[in-house]
Amino acid sequence: MKHVLSALVMNQPGVLAQISGMLATRAFNIDSLAVGTTENPEFSRITFVVGGDDRELDQVRKQLAKLIPVVEVYDFSKQDFVERDLMLLKVSTENGKRSEVRELVDVFRGRIVDVSQTHIMVEISGQEKKIDAFIDVMRPYGILELVRTGRIALLRAQQPQLSETAE
Amino acid sequence: MSIAEEPKTKLRTVNGAEILVESLIKHGVKFVFAYPGGASMPLHQALRKYRDEIRTILPRHEQGGAFAAQGVARTTGIPGICMSTSGPGATNLVTSIADAKLDSVPLIAITGQVNQAVIGTDAFQETPMVEICRGITKHSYMVTDLKDVARIVKEAFHIATTGRPGPVLIDFPKDVQLDKMVGEPDLDPPMNLPGYRPTPPDIAPERVKQILAAVKRSKKPVLYVGGGCNHPDTAKELLKFAEATKIPVAMTVMGLGAFPGEHEQSLHMLGMHGTVYSNYAVNEADLLLAFGVRFDDRVTGKLEEFAKHGKIIHVDIDPSEIHKNKEAHIPIYGDVLQVLTAINKAMTKDDAPSIEEWTAQVQDWKKQYPLKYSVKGEGIVQQWAVEEIYRQTKDRETFISVGVGQHQMWTAQFYKFNKPRRWLSSSGLGTMGFGLPSAMGVQAAHPNALSIDIDGDGSFQMNIQELATLKCENLPVKMVILNNQHLGMVVQWEDRFMAGKRAHTYLGPIDHPEWLGEGSGAHYEETYPDFVTIAKGYGIEAMRVTTREEFTKAVEKMINHDGPFLLDALCPYQEQVLPMIPSGATVREIITD
Repeated sequence: MKHVLSALVMNQPGVLAQISGMLATRAFNIDSLAVGTTENPEFSRITFVVGGDDRELDQVRKQLAKLIPVVEVYDFSKQDFVERDLMLLKVSTENGKRSEVRELVDVFRGRIVDVSQTHIMVEISGQEKKIDAFIDVMRPYGILELVRTGRIALLRAQQPQLSETAE
Repeated sequence: MSIAEEPKTKLRTVNGAEILVESLIKHGVKFVFAYPGGASMPLHQALRKYRDEIRTILPRHEQGGAFAAQGVARTTGIPGICMSTSGPGATNLVTSIADAKLDSVPLIAITGQVNQAVIGTDAFQETPMVEICRGITKHSYMVTDLKDVARIVKEAFHIATTGRPGPVLIDFPKDVQLDKMVGEPDLDPPMNLPGYRPTPPDIAPERVKQILAAVKRSKKPVLYVGGGCNHPDTAKELLKFAEATKIPVAMTVMGLGAFPGEHEQSLHMLGMHGTVYSNYAVNEADLLLAFGVRFDDRVTGKLEEFAKHGKIIHVDIDPSEIHKNKEAHIPIYGDVLQVLTAINKAMTKDDAPSIEEWTAQVQDWKKQYPLKYSVKGEGIVQQWAVEEIYRQTKDRETFISVGVGQHQMWTAQFYKFNKPRRWLSSSGLGTMGFGLPSAMGVQAAHPNALSIDIDGDGSFQMNIQELATLKCENLPVKMVILNNQHLGMVVQWEDRFMAGKRAHTYLGPIDHPEWLGEGSGAHYEETYPDFVTIAKGYGIEAMRVTTREEFTKAVEKMINHDGPFLLDALCPYQEQVLPMIPSGATVREIITD
């Protein structure tokens, strides 16, 4: 079972090292980790994808919250949230395959960001399964290189309940 | 008169080091254990300047100073302060910092650091202390600006003492120590800790009812209490609750003294070297009230088998301890003191469980399986020695420090601690060499009390240099070395689990047959080292004894001696700490002889 945790942390030197050190020493199973600043320059947001059972998730959450620079930890698992991965991928377009590849990029709503005689670079974002599907589709053409970010996520707005709208 | 017209002479100039020392004084610090060096000289100049308000004790090794600071912290709850220079001075503090983390001791370690301009260049005596200490502190600071000094000290005190206490590191570059400002520094600036919420919510009345109902329903309840209860106020509430319910009380090594050791409901220590009856009781319990404990492997043995017949109520101030090792049926994130107070307030006579059968059973076990040892001839055995020290010191204000190993466990078993914070043991980390320096810190903080280090010959030598501090700083610590010429606990494991093959556990010369475990077992005419001569070299009174009669008299002499005193008691190495539940085993595998 994969869970998405999101932590608001103080934007200070060494915070990422502290968090990754804690995760490593306690041998937690982390699939991905993405860090970036937020709307407030004093804080950064770190998004984690955590494997393991509920008990392990509970420990990761509590151990994170225990670190002094960690302001808040949110567990998105049981809530409605938007998640995105971003990928850059170079794929071969030799043997006149460029238009074929381009068509597939359009289907996946990717963007071509660089072109050469022999290959193109595609930027694509979305949920993990979409990114994985795109990789599968590109594989026969010859993937030269690819890079992915860790996952980022934010909660959706709370949807009004039926009873509330009825009033 | 406008500010501009004020005479300039009224404004004073202070540097970073002085602001730090002034902040320490403001936070009520009375003692600093500090060893100087290049990167901490400005701090020492400031300590010299304020010597009438804060006593600086010079240890003979930074590690000694860091454990002495724990001696202050463990007996008062006020942070102990140790200080060193950068590089090797700083890394010498690391063991005590890790030790304080595992035993939740409020320790503040201040290390000098090289100038910021050369940080990261492998400068002379540069070590990345914040990096090294990240996993072993509650929090670490690097001071980069004079303006931050007072805030960081204030935050360090707040973090070290609130919630689950722990060590805080302040790494302080020399250029910031020397940086100057004109005017009065604000020693009480606002803190910036948006992510630190140490105070748990008060226990909800429904949860109190739930606990009382579980207690009422139980037929075989046991209290399992630890370091979280080792606080004077908490101990009072615990006693009240235990006496009202008649529930027997088992203590962890860190919990000894939280409940009076001589109380008839006391089961003494549980776990690997705990009493048979405490381990039996916990094993059979249908309700385990786990207060301020962390289900350490030395307590539980095989986790799945531990207290498996009972429901568990786990109260802890650190939410990450709850469900960490053992799932709790009633998990309570809370302050044990607040929780116990609320329970005591809500409890009526009708809430007491009917457990006469159970308490009778427990008393039976106590009679049937007491802690025991036997004495032969005139010689001293360690368990007897601890009991003798207890007999002679129990009516005084006595603090007992220990090293790590057999003598530590025997002291835990045979010295009955009737008050909290009287027992100092490196329990989680198990640091040899803890005894002497921590007793030194205790003596500094409690000048009129009796501070005794009961030590082993192995542990004692790990911080033996502090004999000089005792002498030069007038700290009349009493030291009893239970000298068996071996690393007794390792020898015990060799004898139990490794066919008695000695592997570097004999502490005498290697041409003795004991080196390979082949000697007669008797002490040599000259034991090694000669602790009495060493002590005398440091200017400290000392005595060696070999019989029980001599020991009794020597303890009396030691207690009444004005000044530090070392008592070297020759003991057999064949004695074993029993009972023993082997590592990872269950109460069924308990070894009693």
